Amino acid sequence: MTDQAYNFAYLDEQTKRMIRRAILKGVAVPGYQVPFASREMPMPYGWGTGGVQVSAACLTPDDTLKVIDQGADDTTNAVSIRKFFEKTAEVAVTEKTSEASVIQTRHRIPEEPLTEDQILVYQVPIPEPLRFLEPSEVETRKMHSLEEYGLMYVKLYEDISRHGEIATAYAYPVKVEDRYVMDPSPIPKFDNPKMESAALQLFGAGREQRIYAVPPYTKVVSLDFEDHPFDPSKAPHPCALCGAEDSYLDEVITDDRGGRMFVCSDTDFCAGRRAAGFTGEMTNTRPAPVDTEAMA
Amino acid sequence: MYVAVKGGERAIDNAHAWLAEERRGDTDIAEMSIAQIREQLALAVDRVMAEGSLYDPDLAALAIKQARGDMIEAVFLIRAYRTTLPRFGASAPIDTGAMACDRRISATFKDLPGGQVLGPTFDYTHRLLDFALAAEGLEPSEAPEAAADMADLPHVTDFLAQEDLIQREPEGSDTPRDLTREPLDFPTDRPLRLQALSRGDEGFVLSMAYSTQRGYGRNHPFVGELRTGKVAVEMDIPELGFAIEIGEAVVTECETVNQFTGSKTEPPQFTRGYGLTFGHCERKAISMALVDRAMRWAELGEDNVGAPAQDEEFVLYHADNVQASGFLEHIKLPHYVDFQSELELIRRLRADAMAGQHQEAAE
Amino acid sequence: MQTAVLDGGLVDPARDAAFAFRAALDALSRPGTIRQIDGAEAPAPCSPAAATMIVTLCDPTTPLYVAPSHDNEALREWITFQTGAPFAAAIDAVFAIGTWDALAPLGAYAGGTPAYPDRSATLIVEVPVLEAKGAVLAGPGIETKAQLNLPEVDAFQANRAQFPLGLDFFFTYGNRVAGLPRSTRVTEG
Ligand SMILES: [Zn+2]
Repeated sequence: MTDQAYNFAYLDEQTKRMIRRAILKGVAVPGYQVPFASREMPMPYGWGTGGVQVSAACLTPDDTLKVIDQGADDTTNAVSIRKFFEKTAEVAVTEKTSEASVIQTRHRIPEEPLTEDQILVYQVPIPEPLRFLEPSEVETRKMHSLEEYGLMYVKLYEDISRHGEIATAYAYPVKVEDRYVMDPSPIPKFDNPKMESAALQLFGAGREQRIYAVPPYTKVVSLDFEDHPFDPSKAPHPCALCGAEDSYLDEVITDDRGGRMFVCSDTDFCAGRRAAGFTGEMTNTRPAPVDTEAMA
Repeated sequence: MYVAVKGGERAIDNAHAWLAEERRGDTDIAEMSIAQIREQLALAVDRVMAEGSLYDPDLAALAIKQARGDMIEAVFLIRAYRTTLPRFGASAPIDTGAMACDRRISATFKDLPGGQVLGPTFDYTHRLLDFALAAEGLEPSEAPEAAADMADLPHVTDFLAQEDLIQREPEGSDTPRDLTREPLDFPTDRPLRLQALSRGDEGFVLSMAYSTQRGYGRNHPFVGELRTGKVAVEMDIPELGFAIEIGEAVVTECETVNQFTGSKTEPPQFTRGYGLTFGHCERKAISMALVDRAMRWAELGEDNVGAPAQDEEFVLYHADNVQASGFLEHIKLPHYVDFQSELELIRRLRADAMAGQHQEAAE
Repeated sequence: MQTAVLDGGLVDPARDAAFAFRAALDALSRPGTIRQIDGAEAPAPCSPAAATMIVTLCDPTTPLYVAPSHDNEALREWITFQTGAPFAAAIDAVFAIGTWDALAPLGAYAGGTPAYPDRSATLIVEVPVLEAKGAVLAGPGIETKAQLNLPEVDAFQANRAQFPLGLDFFFTYGNRVAGLPRSTRVTEG
């Protein structure tokens, strides 16, 4: 079968209408998970089928698409999804955050603040923030309808009493517009504050058949306690390539003697800074071992 | 200078080329045709059709070839293709009573109208490797044939129903919901559960059924009847005003007769479990009937003993092998962002814990 | 203008619907903004914007209520041919089309359930003029404040009071559309 045998943006029109209606209801009720009849896609569940369906329902031929996985444009799954839309939706693609009108992401929010002209589409594995506390969908749906989130606060509080802090480092739950507790997808908690954004944020969970949304400028609060406020901090290192102090970092093991370095996870952000002349400690050197003891 | 790993695109292209080469294997060995797979690996084809929810033996054979024999991958290929197909309409319900049976057995009656027809079964083969098969070119001797009995074979459960010994199943008037076109929500109804089981993973449904036999929600099943054969598929054509036959399909049907001593709401009588699959998938059809019966506890006023097979949410959310394998295998995708955040957390918690120990030691 | 049943659909359905949806999505995500939306032409009195909304979002799975202001045979036939959407009473409708007065009262429509607030109607309200002044809007999608000439204020305040239940609205005029989700807080301008 040739590519021409498939519709614009792959999905048939009835499927797109169904997804579009779900997206609009998601926008109308920020943070609420709208059930939708997710389709089997030509890539596996768990590999972005929800995000792909949301993107397919949103893209027009005028769009410029950026796809990132772990912050990077050149990770294999990001490459694969970008190629899929280049082929099926006739869209232009870019690696530059500022040039994209639609950005599909897995696990990160770009460092560069998004604008009103952009849509950020998240791939979501488990959309239910209460799932790890209560496996039954019937029960968690009841909790959301009653706004009964005590279980979540109990879990967070137990963390504090055991560890002195909330031991959730990614997929850190948020409350949206003072109503729904929402899973932000497995982004590091460092990214949570970026969810109050000028851009529209859409979330697609294909296997779990849920779509949800955070409209621009919507109130998004990371759950915390007065005496233990939310802390989005990250490891205190600058990027070894561009020197950025305020970006989320990947840790790269450079040798078998404990050598490691930290570089921006957002590859476009890092490249942009380097192009502007910023440098880091390893810009012109071979990687050197880092003293892990000193880091702790 | 340190350069981050690049070249995802080229790596993918190369991997695909290598995969194609591996799929073909040694080119000195003749390539398998779709027809060979369809004819000689027919039970594999049937399983792919059943779990792929698409009746097309040639496409299922193609999927098996393309998937290098990985059955779940083949099911996935068929599902992804199926979802793009336009829908012209729905067939009329098939009439399994009018099935041209290749096999029809009952474990509940020694003999019955239409008789016991063993058919092409592994049941009484001794599982000894047949080394004669390794020497190719030997054609099997012809199986003896009797004249086909063209009369309809009544269902065993109909005999029991005549005496009101088994629960009657009222005919539903509503068009069942379509699991592949609507999101799943709970509680479900029986047609939806049966759809999910019919396309569910054979291994999963088998294990759930087995768990009921071992006591996790035991429901005392007898195989009232198991039948495999061809049924006519008919479709109403509004322009004609009547249904016409559009094709034939091989299906396997199992009806279990389950002991039931009655409950607060129901009198003592036998109850039913039902299984139906595309193709010849009898292990699956029997398993399906047991799990179907286990999930009917609420409608029959039985106790929920907390058995996994009684929990429709558990069974339906975990029966689908395309969903399960996709999500399971996605953990091999990069997770270094979330892992990094965990690393930082663990380092910090360990540092705090160590500091606490030093403090205690000093005191 | 008399539009035949067969005419006035989207010329390039997949691409035109994609553009139309983005206009609607943008309008609903940023209450108070007015977007261009066109591509479909339906029989009077349906505006091109409302016609485009209908062909973009409605199909045989979405019961549609046609309020008296728009209830004529030509428009019904056009909708049936273009979308296949079944006509329904207000309480069963997923979408409704009409003027504000004709669509009233809002209590006639499904506002969703506590477990499924998404199972609620979306009203396409044809208005005589659409401009960014009048009632003051605040809430999701709005940075500080926005304005829109809503037909009234009380009804939207009552709708907001039911959040997360409630109805969602699109206002259409000519080839323009604005959105008002249930999450928006409305006050007199
Ligand atoms: Zn950097």
